[in-house]
Amino acid sequence: MTTATTSTSNMTGKPAGDGLRFYGVWLIGVISLIVLPMIFSSGGSLTSFSLIGIAIVFALSYNILLGQTGLLSFGHAVHYGLGGFAACHMMNAVVSHGWPIPLPFIPLFGGLGGLMFAVIIGWVMTKRAGTVFAMISLGIGELVASSSLILRSVFGGEAGITTDRTALPKMFGWSFGPQLQVYYLIAFWLVLAAIAMYALTRTPLGRISNAVRDNPERVQFIGYDPHVVRYLAFCFAGFFAGIAGGLAAINFEIANSAYLGAIQSGLVLFSTFIGGTAYFFGPILGAILVTYLQLGLTSVTSVWQLYFGIIFIGIVMFSPGGIAGLLMMHRPLVRAGTLWTVIPSYFVAVVPTVALACGVILTIETVARYSGGEAINLFGIAFNPKSPMTWLSAVVLVFGGAFLARLTWRRIADAWDRAATVARDRGYLA
Amino acid sequence: MTAAIEVRAVEKRFGNVSIIRDLNLSVAKGERHAIIGPNGAGKSTTFNLISGHIKPTSGEVKLNGDVISGLQPFEINRRGLSRSFQVTNVFARMSVWENVRCAVLWATGHRYAFWKNVDSLPEVRERTAQILDDIHLTHRRDVPAGLLTYAEQRELEIGITIASGATVVLLDEPTAGMSNAETERAMALIRRLTEGKTLVIVEHDMSVVFGLADRISVLVYGHIIASGTPEEIRRDPKVKEAYLGEEAH
Repeated sequence: MTTATTSTSNMTGKPAGDGLRFYGVWLIGVISLIVLPMIFSSGGSLTSFSLIGIAIVFALSYNILLGQTGLLSFGHAVHYGLGGFAACHMMNAVVSHGWPIPLPFIPLFGGLGGLMFAVIIGWVMTKRAGTVFAMISLGIGELVASSSLILRSVFGGEAGITTDRTALPKMFGWSFGPQLQVYYLIAFWLVLAAIAMYALTRTPLGRISNAVRDNPERVQFIGYDPHVVRYLAFCFAGFFAGIAGGLAAINFEIANSAYLGAIQSGLVLFSTFIGGTAYFFGPILGAILVTYLQLGLTSVTSVWQLYFGIIFIGIVMFSPGGIAGLLMMHRPLVRAGTLWTVIPSYFVAVVPTVALACGVILTIETVARYSGGEAINLFGIAFNPKSPMTWLSAVVLVFGGAFLARLTWRRIADAWDRAATVARDRGYLA
Repeated sequence: MTAAIEVRAVEKRFGNVSIIRDLNLSVAKGERHAIIGPNGAGKSTTFNLISGHIKPTSGEVKLNGDVISGLQPFEINRRGLSRSFQVTNVFARMSVWENVRCAVLWATGHRYAFWKNVDSLPEVRERTAQILDDIHLTHRRDVPAGLLTYAEQRELEIGITIASGATVVLLDEPTAGMSNAETERAMALIRRLTEGKTLVIVEHDMSVVFGLADRISVLVYGHIIASGTPEEIRRDPKVKEAYLGEEAH
């Protein structure tokens, strides 16, 4: 009997304490969503939080494709955008017909909009994975984005479809005029969608999606049609992307062609990949970082996209597992108790790595602002882009930083090897 | 009694090249049948034809009396035929436990369900635990399949193959690349796990073949030149000439 119970608790893949920790993490997430606007209550931060919330839902929906089913889509914004348009049309219809549907239900219609398109187009798209799927998704993305400018009655042409969220029936006396109320609406849907998407990974379909990602050929020989699995995953991804689009429509009170375009599709790919596709929480980190950078960098530099590109390349080259992968690498070391042997080498590496980064920033900004523009302000120090002193500092920082950083990185690698060997000996690392 | 597997006049061409010609094979229910033959004889192709991985150019394959040639691999699998691969073919990034569990899901009727929690399906859990126990990988259950040793991956391959409870099992060189001790272990495993099932096995190791099989078929250049009990095959002059490389005349 004892063996039976221990083996049952093992079956779920978690020791008993992990269940508590699991719900604890979700609870902390929910509480911080509630508390955040009380700490940072300015209009600017509320807008940022709202955008981040939308981006998280969108990125999580994208990871149903990329991380869980192994489908690389270049047109995921199509579902997001169509969800946005569906939500706008629904809001306007509710107002003009006087239907008793309050605003908090609108994102569901956004989701249905995204789902509907996925249901229609998905079967053909998901016949093959890999390059074929990626190319078709790119084509469909372009097709829908250009249609949005041509089919004016549905998409409203250049201007898009506008709406007024406060004109809908009130709920709990909330008009959803103030950004704070919109924030809570987004936070509510974020929690709902995140729980649903997490639960999806724990279902038979979710598990088989992983199997299709790893080895579609073998899946056929355990009774499953990989085409059906990909199709269902695609529909779910479309649904949740539609919810994100619906939330965006509520937030901005408009849906236009920019919602469905390649830039939006690229951004979600970018967020998801940077965050890390192998873990459920990866896209959440990615969406937070990318949205935050997007909002922050645009006011600081005109070439912010360049930095996005550099970050992306850096992640692809040095940490294909994204931020989540980087964090989770440390888990076996924490368990084996050898993490402390690595940490000092990180501290040693900070200074030269930051110097290298500053050198790169200085170089980029010098080039960007050489033929006009303001002086460069790097952490409070002013640099004139035409002064040789600036060029010299950039060169010294880049080459000196790179030289020293490489040495310190090697130290990290050595420390890692030692710590990992111990962890392996203690059975925490395969 | 209908045969478990009946291959009749199957031909497979790639362009002008005939890989399999006039292939006829009959495996009775509950029989352990080995297919032997020199490299490139078409043994794996025969498995691919039976399991639906590739479709025959002509001829037909029957499973328990029903024609299955032309069906998709997953349709054939759902009818109770399961196969392993010569080159290890597992779900590399998923744990050993998940690998086996995925192979259990369809057979336990959960299909594409997205409304059930996979961790709280008792029959799935029990069956997965049983299979892991059978293939002696319980202690490695949380290790990603890609990090297993070669022999362990081969065992997992067998575990995935039998997990659905298929009544007809095709094993493609299950002991390829194993040491003698590992081969012995694997053969004991196969003998035990395929008890009461129909087994078709491709194997190079002759001691394995003659020790395990009830019947043996010899495949040479895409054609079965002899089929019979181990004793008959040992004595067959055509086999000696073609396979063992001895001049019979």
